[in-house]
Amino acid sequence: MEPMRKETTEYEEKTDNWKDIDPKKVKQEIMEKYPPKVARKRSKHFVINKKVDDENYTEIQANVRTIPGIISQRGCCYAGCKGVVMGPTRDIINLTHGPIGCGFYSWLTRRNQTDPSTTPDGHNFMTYCFSTDMEEREIIFGGEKKLKAAIQEAYDIFKPKMISVFATCPVGLIGDDIHSVTREMEKKLGITIFGFSCEGYKGVSQSAGHHVANNGLFQHVIGLDDTVKEGDYKVNLLGEYNIGGDAFLIEDLFERCGITLISTFSGNSSVDHFSNSHTADLNLIMCHRSINYVADMMEQKYGIPWLKINFLSAEATSRSLRKIAEYYGDQKLIDRVEEVIAEEMPAVEKAQAEIRPRLEGKLAMMFVGGSRAHHYQELFKEIGMITIAAGYEFAHRDDYEGRHVLPKIKVDADSRNIEELDVQKDPEKYNPRIDKKELEAEERHGVRLKDYEGMMPDMEEGDYVIDDISQYETEKLIETYKPAIFCAGIKEKYMIQKHGIPMKQLHSYDTGGPYAVYKGAVNFYYEMDRMINSKVWDHIKAPWEKSPELSAMYAYE
Amino acid sequence: MRKIAIYGKGGIGKSTTTQNTVAGLAEIGKKIMVVGCDPKADSTRLLLGGLAQKSVLDTLREEGEDVDLEDIRKIGFGDILCVESGGPEPGVGCAGRGIITAINMLESLGAYEDSEGLDYAFYDVLGDVVCGGFAMPMRQGKAKEIYIVCSGEMMAMYAANNICKGIMKFAEGGGIRLAGIICNSRQVNNEEEMIKAFAEKLGTYMIHFVPRDNMVQKAEINRKTVIEFNPEHPQADEYRTLAKKIEANENFIIPTPLEMDELEKLLIEYGIGD
Repeated sequence: MEPMRKETTEYEEKTDNWKDIDPKKVKQEIMEKYPPKVARKRSKHFVINKKVDDENYTEIQANVRTIPGIISQRGCCYAGCKGVVMGPTRDIINLTHGPIGCGFYSWLTRRNQTDPSTTPDGHNFMTYCFSTDMEEREIIFGGEKKLKAAIQEAYDIFKPKMISVFATCPVGLIGDDIHSVTREMEKKLGITIFGFSCEGYKGVSQSAGHHVANNGLFQHVIGLDDTVKEGDYKVNLLGEYNIGGDAFLIEDLFERCGITLISTFSGNSSVDHFSNSHTADLNLIMCHRSINYVADMMEQKYGIPWLKINFLSAEATSRSLRKIAEYYGDQKLIDRVEEVIAEEMPAVEKAQAEIRPRLEGKLAMMFVGGSRAHHYQELFKEIGMITIAAGYEFAHRDDYEGRHVLPKIKVDADSRNIEELDVQKDPEKYNPRIDKKELEAEERHGVRLKDYEGMMPDMEEGDYVIDDISQYETEKLIETYKPAIFCAGIKEKYMIQKHGIPMKQLHSYDTGGPYAVYKGAVNFYYEMDRMINSKVWDHIKAPWEKSPELSAMYAYE
Repeated sequence: MRKIAIYGKGGIGKSTTTQNTVAGLAEIGKKIMVVGCDPKADSTRLLLGGLAQKSVLDTLREEGEDVDLEDIRKIGFGDILCVESGGPEPGVGCAGRGIITAINMLESLGAYEDSEGLDYAFYDVLGDVVCGGFAMPMRQGKAKEIYIVCSGEMMAMYAANNICKGIMKFAEGGGIRLAGIICNSRQVNNEEEMIKAFAEKLGTYMIHFVPRDNMVQKAEINRKTVIEFNPEHPQADEYRTLAKKIEANENFIIPTPLEMDELEKLLIEYGIGD
């Protein structure tokens, strides 16, 4: 349906003016409102993008504690472990050991989709919420007995292949030993059962939980099933969570290119696939922040190299497919990939031609995740929009500046609190997939391995790059630039809409999606057109605010 | 009703001193309730002639919501009402949260109502104030007067000083006050003078010096207070004296805790010099 169009807007009058605004001045004004110590800290997170030499961009501070009193976007360790990494897998029972709220409010909130018909047993537990429902009694007397009973009950009812247990804050405080319970129950029930010490208070954001989840998957699941599947180009897709059905489109694309997907971590995913993922030849990373640990560990233990790819935007998808084909260096694959790109592009170009004139030059701001704020910029570019400010909630410096800064990152006490596994070559299963020289040089057929350049090189000089943005900073940016669209999560949504700005959730896509690969990109273009050019935003101001119909004065005046 | 909490380092003799002292108060006709705030539930053993008490938390766990005051309150020596908060076994759960729950339960059951006709409620709290739960009697005006049991040993004084920091923290909001130091002698050199000086520096005073006597141990083995076991013994009179001093006490202050080096200086001045 054709969206209702507005005639002229406040915004359009301003479109050209934003270039006159001096970002340094804006930053200064924002920082001036903070107490001096807070301003000192925040100004290291609030960077105006600038290339300082051939390799480096301005240093940004990230992955450190949020300053108390600041309204942050961040979530907790438990959210990162259970909600992000483990949540989208259908055939494992994810049991929250804690008060009921932790389990209930982390249940199905990310719109991860799944297709149970693709695993033989058809298990799908994602529609259930499993919790031990700890009450005061368990806090006082300990909750281990209740946890055992909950595992037994879940097993009796559902007969799952695997159960994982998540520790919430009170569990860490009272010291319930979830790992001894899971060991005992694993022995008793004869299925894989393991726990995550992902108490919400650990670390500085949900990032700690991603790491804990990666460690758990690597120690307890990956490598359980050595069956080698048929396929010429066998890959795992890491950091793709099938929000709004993205993974379905990627799977379809892989199939058409002749690429065999062994496992996705973790969207439309199954623990059967996880168990078997060490038999793949190549790991492809979408969200670098949440899953690079597994990729690194799989390389060390099994000899599987990894590539950074991105399937958001048509351009990025073509580039990623070509990168994969180039890596294999097989003409058959190279040709097939080109055919698929040629098949897909006409529809994409047609949509771009239609939408672009209506969105050209408009501004976008994006503060989300640990990858999405980077990946979506290209989608906006394809419809002529400009991402003037972007940042992550929970990313680390390497996600902004590129992996070459890794040796320079100071490991603080908060990060040390999260276990770093010591991974060795597996005596039997280690099998370098490519030449040792290529592994060492981190390059094959001209394709860089283990490489992620971060968000900054893809942004213009003078753009805002802001880590762990506060609500105050968000509102100031909105007031200053009146962007055409602002992307973040549910916590920010209504605050932004109250400014009269359309807001798109990039954690859950609101009700939309999929937005991945070619078809998804087209969806996204139309969605942006619908949201930004909707007439509804003209009605934010009540009529009497714009033109008062009555005027009066008090008798005593 | 006066609400009193007894704090002090673990093993210093809080429960023994509390029970012997309340026995003295009962003798002069006072109506008293003792609330043991220790998961071991042994704060009322001497008054009840053994561990005969079912704790608040055990009762709550078994009976659910349907708990009567009579289920958790037993009458001991001198008609003293005895309550034990109870708690988890060592190494599991959260004893602090248990105490909070137990005290809230007692309140909602009306244990402190005027109709109960109490002159005193005593809280006997375990060891150091390691977490919020053990500070519960200090908070929200649950207890108004704090007595710290202390000896001339360094760690006992160190603990007493720490407890004073806790009192200071809650004094403004909750209105609690330090009412005195009870010296439970360990026969350390110059003990009485040192504790007197220590108490003075804290802004309070040593309310009584309880000498060390084997009779206390003997009575304990017989599951009785000294006053019940051997009423004629001089040690029984010491507790009676302490009881009367508490009854007459009006010296309630916000303490001024010492710095570490100040405390050490005090020890050198009194303790080590012969």
